[in-house]
Amino acid sequence: MKLRIAAALLALALCYPAAPTAASEEKPYRVENGRVDRATFNGYRRYGNSCMQCHGPDGSGSSYAPNLTESLKRMSQEQFNDVVINGRQNVNAQAQNVMPSFGYVEDVALYLNDIYAYLKARSDGALGRGRPQRLEN
Amino acid sequence: MKLRLAVATAAALLLGAGGALANEQLLQLQRDANQWVMPNGNYSSHRYSELNQINRDNVRNLRPVWSFSTGVLRGHEGGPLVVGDVMYIHTPFPNRVFALDLNNPGRVRWRYEPQQDPSVIGVMCCDTVNRGVAYADGRIYLSQADTTLVALDAENGREIWKVKNGDASKGETATMAPMVFGDKVLVGISGGEYGVRGHVTAYNLRDGSMAWRAYSVGTDEEIKFNPQRTTHMGQPVGENSSLRSWEGDQWRLGGGTTWGWFSYDPQLNLIYYGSGNPGTWNPSQRPGDNKWSMTIFARDANTGEARWVYQMTPHDEWDYDGVNEMILVDNMNVRGRQVPRALVHFDRNGFAYTLNRETGELLVAEKYDPAVNWATHVDMQTGRPQVDPRFSTRREDENVTNICPAALGTKDQQPAAFSPRTGLFYVPTNHVCMDYEPFRVSYTAGQPFIGATLSMYPPQGSQHMGNFIAFDAGEGKIVWSRPERFSVWSGALATAGDIAFYGTLEGHLKAVDMRDGRELYSFRTPSGIIGNVNTFTHRGKQYIAVLSGVGGWAGIGMAAGLSGDNEGLGAVGAYRSLADYTQLGGVLTVFALPD
Repeated sequence: MKLRIAAALLALALCYPAAPTAASEEKPYRVENGRVDRATFNGYRRYGNSCMQCHGPDGSGSSYAPNLTESLKRMSQEQFNDVVINGRQNVNAQAQNVMPSFGYVEDVALYLNDIYAYLKARSDGALGRGRPQRLEN
Repeated sequence: MKLRLAVATAAALLLGAGGALANEQLLQLQRDANQWVMPNGNYSSHRYSELNQINRDNVRNLRPVWSFSTGVLRGHEGGPLVVGDVMYIHTPFPNRVFALDLNNPGRVRWRYEPQQDPSVIGVMCCDTVNRGVAYADGRIYLSQADTTLVALDAENGREIWKVKNGDASKGETATMAPMVFGDKVLVGISGGEYGVRGHVTAYNLRDGSMAWRAYSVGTDEEIKFNPQRTTHMGQPVGENSSLRSWEGDQWRLGGGTTWGWFSYDPQLNLIYYGSGNPGTWNPSQRPGDNKWSMTIFARDANTGEARWVYQMTPHDEWDYDGVNEMILVDNMNVRGRQVPRALVHFDRNGFAYTLNRETGELLVAEKYDPAVNWATHVDMQTGRPQVDPRFSTRREDENVTNICPAALGTKDQQPAAFSPRTGLFYVPTNHVCMDYEPFRVSYTAGQPFIGATLSMYPPQGSQHMGNFIAFDAGEGKIVWSRPERFSVWSGALATAGDIAFYGTLEGHLKAVDMRDGRELYSFRTPSGIIGNVNTFTHRGKQYIAVLSGVGGWAGIGMAAGLSGDNEGLGAVGAYRSLADYTQLGGVLTVFALPD
């Protein structure tokens, strides 16, 4: 987290052409020319380890788990965190969907903000599909 | 027909008898083309039928005659069994079983639905699939998602006994079909993406008590190896053959899950199956050959002791599980030499292996998709694949690109068919490559233990992601190859009518000419097909049956279309979303010729 703020400050200091405005400062990710900051990249990889098996590549969903790039258009980060930490069950005649709880999973819980940043970037359309490139620093 | 009645009567008389008689009965039943009594047709996993009413000349007239909704949405793998006048079908979680009356098409004689803690759904890596039930001696055996193995009375669906084979809270689940041999029922375990250490376990038919359990990875005692008698490439494996191939106690998270298919040779009294990926997908975290993951096992059916093993992919770096079916062929011509008892295996790693199934001698190992590039060839002296260093992923935090095949394998569990008439194999395949980026992960019981992120896409220059091929396993050569838009994720059927059947992810049931793969028939079922086709007769008339219901690993990624850096290359057709072609829904469709 600290590192990310440092990176953002550095970007400001260097007066990048795409220097964040007040509004975009609230974005949890930084994407420039398709390249992403370290945290968002980490989120991409952590997603690949713990989430992709169900939610599919690029957060795009599968035949049995929702498309998270759509979900995050409706969910707040708090709601997202709640579902990841505590899990959720939707089992009835129409659906057999179970999101396990990841509250005790280091590789998820420690990097929850990074995973959210990656998925939010995908959801906002700021980041395309596939493996993102890293920004320098 | 008369024969079947006689057998059915015998079956009724034997109800509850158990023991070796069941074996004799099943040995007879699996030879009767009028029935389909085990998932892959017979103990040799041929998926072949002598029936020829439906044939090359008339298959164009085939039509659906009745269908049945399972009421379950997720991926429907496996296929129906037919015993006498009853068809048994199964579903993914909640693992319903239906006994359908063929005398009154679609009428439900009984249904069974186990009570399972739904939290197991969350630890099934690649959908909540189930690959079918086993029949023997008036009973149906179901291996539920939560690893409960239950024996049901085939007459009424009542529970006779049940036993727990694993612990779902540790990520141990079940997806495979059990197999009955002698007085035992054999079952494996899933959870390769959860650090589960795989095993196969034989339970006594009589009461569900455990007869033996053999791990894939562990001490000699646990893996039931005799250091002097058990062989690999013709040599005794020696002491601690598994433990020596791992660092420290990493073998405890050693994987080698056993979620594919079983075959059985009653003369040799050996069972055959393969083990899955070792531990994490990040190879740097587990140096060594990681024995005996990615291995073909031949075990004594009575004791479980391993006769021979062959490790196809030592130190896996790509998730090429070795679980695909083992097809047993007698008197096979292998490069001009007659082999009395052969075993043919189309591995996820893209090589088709032919071995002597008595001794484990490796006879042929050739690619069955020319796109396969991770290894140049298999060294026939050592049995080791010669890995192309460009495609090694033993580079933590590096993205290795254009590896073929993808982790899905050139073929996954979807079983191939073998025709004794042509001597050829009819193989449903994937034609997909990947980028693979491994990284360090920590283990938490019951949580994903992967450590790699992947992108998948068709091979460069290809517009399609699957092929249905005819393969000569004696020569190691593709005879013909028929492209499909998506992976062919359906088990094939070959018949004496000189036709082969398979399903597509768009939902088509297809029949092709065995000579050249030319399409002779196609019907669009309600959902994508990842189930396996079977055939049987009822009142003297031949039928074809298949479960539709898209999902499984094929439902990952393909639900949203595959992605990757190649997206800009303009292979628009290949990336088109599967969702544009099909939606979820489990349906059985039964086909026949007009009267």
